[in-house]
Amino acid sequence: MASWLTTILILLPLGGALLVAVAPLTSYWLGSLAALISLIEVGFWITSASKFDFNSPALQFAQNRQWFSDLGVSYHIGQYAFSLWFVGMTVVVMAACTIYGWWAGRERGRAYFALMLFLTGAIVGVFTAQDLLLFYAFFEAMLIPLYILIGVWGGSNRMRATITFVVYTVVGSLLMLAAIVVLGLQQGTFDLTKMGTSSSTWLFLGFVVAFAIKSPLFPLHGWLPITYRESPPEVSAVLSGVVGKAGLYGLLRIVIPTFPTVAHDWRYVLLVLASISLVYGSLLAFRAPDFRGVVLYSSLAQAGLIVLGLFAFNDLGFDGAVLQIVNHALVSAALFLLAGMVERRTSTGEFARLGGMARGRPALATLVMTTGIIALAVPLSTSFAGEFLILAGVFRQGWAWAVIGAAGIVLAAMYMLRAISGVLHQEPGPAVTDAALDLRLGELAVVVPLVLCLLGLSAWPNLVSGHAFGGNRALTQVITPTGGYLTTTLGQSGQWTRYAP
Amino acid sequence: MIDKPHVDWFAISPSLALLIAAGMLLMIAVFVPAGPRRAVAACTGFAGFVAAFVFAVVVDVKSPVATTIVHDSLFRDRWAALAQVLIAGSGAVAVLVSYRERLRDEHIAEYFALLTAAGAGMAFFVQASNLMTLFLGLEWFSIALYVLTAIDIDLIGSLEAGLKYLVVGAFGSATLLFGSALVYGETGQLSFDKIGSYGHGHASMLVVGLAMILVGLAFKASAAPFHMWTPDVYQGAPTPVTAFMASATKIAALVVTYRVLAVAFPQDEHLWRYAIAVIACISLAWGNLAALVQRNVKRILAYSSVSHAGFMLIAVAAASPLGERALMYYLIPYAAMSLGAFAVVAARERELGVPVTLQNLAGFGWERPLLGVSMWIFLLGMLGFPLTGGFIGKFYVFAAAYNHGFWWLIVAGVIATMISAYYYLGVVRAMYFRDAAELQLAPAGGSPPRELLLGLGVLICVAVTVGSFFAVQPLIDVARSAAAALPL
Repeated sequence: MASWLTTILILLPLGGALLVAVAPLTSYWLGSLAALISLIEVGFWITSASKFDFNSPALQFAQNRQWFSDLGVSYHIGQYAFSLWFVGMTVVVMAACTIYGWWAGRERGRAYFALMLFLTGAIVGVFTAQDLLLFYAFFEAMLIPLYILIGVWGGSNRMRATITFVVYTVVGSLLMLAAIVVLGLQQGTFDLTKMGTSSSTWLFLGFVVAFAIKSPLFPLHGWLPITYRESPPEVSAVLSGVVGKAGLYGLLRIVIPTFPTVAHDWRYVLLVLASISLVYGSLLAFRAPDFRGVVLYSSLAQAGLIVLGLFAFNDLGFDGAVLQIVNHALVSAALFLLAGMVERRTSTGEFARLGGMARGRPALATLVMTTGIIALAVPLSTSFAGEFLILAGVFRQGWAWAVIGAAGIVLAAMYMLRAISGVLHQEPGPAVTDAALDLRLGELAVVVPLVLCLLGLSAWPNLVSGHAFGGNRALTQVITPTGGYLTTTLGQSGQWTRYAP
Repeated sequence: MIDKPHVDWFAISPSLALLIAAGMLLMIAVFVPAGPRRAVAACTGFAGFVAAFVFAVVVDVKSPVATTIVHDSLFRDRWAALAQVLIAGSGAVAVLVSYRERLRDEHIAEYFALLTAAGAGMAFFVQASNLMTLFLGLEWFSIALYVLTAIDIDLIGSLEAGLKYLVVGAFGSATLLFGSALVYGETGQLSFDKIGSYGHGHASMLVVGLAMILVGLAFKASAAPFHMWTPDVYQGAPTPVTAFMASATKIAALVVTYRVLAVAFPQDEHLWRYAIAVIACISLAWGNLAALVQRNVKRILAYSSVSHAGFMLIAVAAASPLGERALMYYLIPYAAMSLGAFAVVAARERELGVPVTLQNLAGFGWERPLLGVSMWIFLLGMLGFPLTGGFIGKFYVFAAAYNHGFWWLIVAGVIATMISAYYYLGVVRAMYFRDAAELQLAPAGGSPPRELLLGLGVLICVAVTVGSFFAVQPLIDVARSAAAALPL
């Protein structure tokens, strides 16, 4: 039974999508059906988390069926400890967003909810696939529902948004396809668990470009502003919270273990790009004229910070990166949903027309404030733990990286406080009338669980950071026994910084 | 006294079944009254294609060893049999799509007769094992298709398309014939095997002949730069005919191209590999770039078929067991996708009564959810997205190219796919992102016809497109056993 859990996590939403697409129900009931399926999905994830052996570095809940033999491609899925956390944040965020779409009463509900469920299945597949071609299939499958979700339910400029988004994504993923074909044929298998390492710079770049577009990293973030602004808020939340993480996951699961030496040789390039993303994204967020602008540029900055952690090449950095990925998924999903709720009340997100919303709207004020404070990594928050681990990790690559990371955290405080005060405080803006009510029960039901997850993680960040790589072993030792480069350069020095009460 | 050759009737049963159907259809045109004629004719045509399908499957099962039959003029092997299976399947779906086409009732039986005759010609063509039968088969199905293209005299552009196809197609056939003559003149042999074992593989006349045969076949496969007729003919022909041409002709032409090159010209392998690779690159570039600026959906699909010819020629250029599998596998979802896409266009056309453009597709996805989703699947498949066989097909083609060291063909294919994303998704955009109401489209009259048979055909295509993604292993096994019949 347990070995089926991963397959169930993938197939339940995909089957749910089919069910929603054909069930003879009205839009409202289809929405409730989709919400129910997404909650059952969360239930299955909790089951799998409770059965997961965090001390074992092995692949768990794995299934391996041959797909086609002459090229060595298989349906091989399973979860490592960090995959488990990625799947967890996916199902939680997707459930919140699906329920928000239901509450907001999206038109053409049949298509909308079917696509949201399909997207859930595809993302879970990305985080659990252990075969390169299967990974690619899920990676591309994510694009199909997103394209329609943005193009049909998006804002007025949605046509351009979809084209920009698709052009960037398709270019990246086709480069990756070419790299996958070559890598798989060179290795004689597409199975990631059986694959040795490669020292080809071209293949490395093919993967890195695809993942850097998805994450996104400077200078490949051109699709970010228009896509996140034109999408419906819950789709922005999914994009920033979960879909972007597929790129970071790819760096962690595929690029670093498969190309250890090349990645190590290129680490300064990646670190520089990550630093630029961090600082430049923070500055853009500080100057953004609207709430969503702040959140979207902050995701660029956070992606940069996470890549700093990944390319620190040590336990601290990896643990911090995984924790920060989970944190940021929850934070940015909550913030995008809150931005959508503000926009729904005022029909604008611009600070020039907002302000003073705290007065008389305690629930909104509390939630924006709490999420914002966690986002800016105030000490004792889970983001603080994640960023601290990342900085401590990247410090070993050179103190200057840690300085840049710290500067990014200061900038985060600046843009986040500006956003909070721009929405909540100061004089009420022209768009804020008394008709703009406080959050409704349905909205609270969506955002509060996300914030509760964040608060829970703040109390115990070690839940993720200490249980991401099974028994505190170095990453490459966990993922592939042949990628021995990192294991030899790492000591057991990570122990004392485990941030745990 | 002339020796009568022994005829293996069973091996040519797919062609015969279709020929018999064609003959019966001509009788139906005369003897069945106008009222039930359409239904009877469609049933007969469908039965003919299904019978050919079944026979081809049986021949495939019973021909594990490749042989030549009828005085070495035809092959009996799995390579041909599998192609016949695909052609007959395409034809059967094309009959379903044709049923409600607005053709004049008095010519409906002739229409199906020509369709089955074209199918019979293709089934014969893929078995050809010497230059005579090659040319005979080519002309056989081509002449049927010329008439089919022009059959709808009420349709503006149909006659023009027919004439254009006739002139350009005749030029292509003539080139092939001339090339065959040169090859025969040099080698003194007609059959492929004997040409293949000819001592002086690099004789200039042989090489020129090879080039001309290649050009003649490339015309039929609509590979650039021999594709000039494709957009006009695809646009002008009645849409079900276009659907049949786009799938079945492409299958026949590519399968035969590979066979001729591999069996008759193995000595010039290093020459034709590069020639085919260049043609593939030109097709990819031309097809995709030209498709970008089209507004008419049939023209978009026509240029897309040119670019798909390019993809499949990559597999031909990488001539190897993997390339053979890649070609055969690619043809399966490709045939389904192009048939299905044209079938959906036909449905929209019948609804509106005007040619389908990106403009008047607006809102189609919401009005006809089943057809809209199907079209979406076909376009994603052509784009090479997962959950469709198109993805695996492209993957196999790239793998074949890489295995032969043609990495630059992968680069060309990847760039072509990037470009193609724009127009394939452009059609999806047209279907879903805008409402019909805002464009104030007037329906052609009354509510749109609900066509069960067309819907059934589209569903079969969806099943093949999606099913080939999941059932890769059995299909590859079939393709592998088909490829075992070839020497390379």
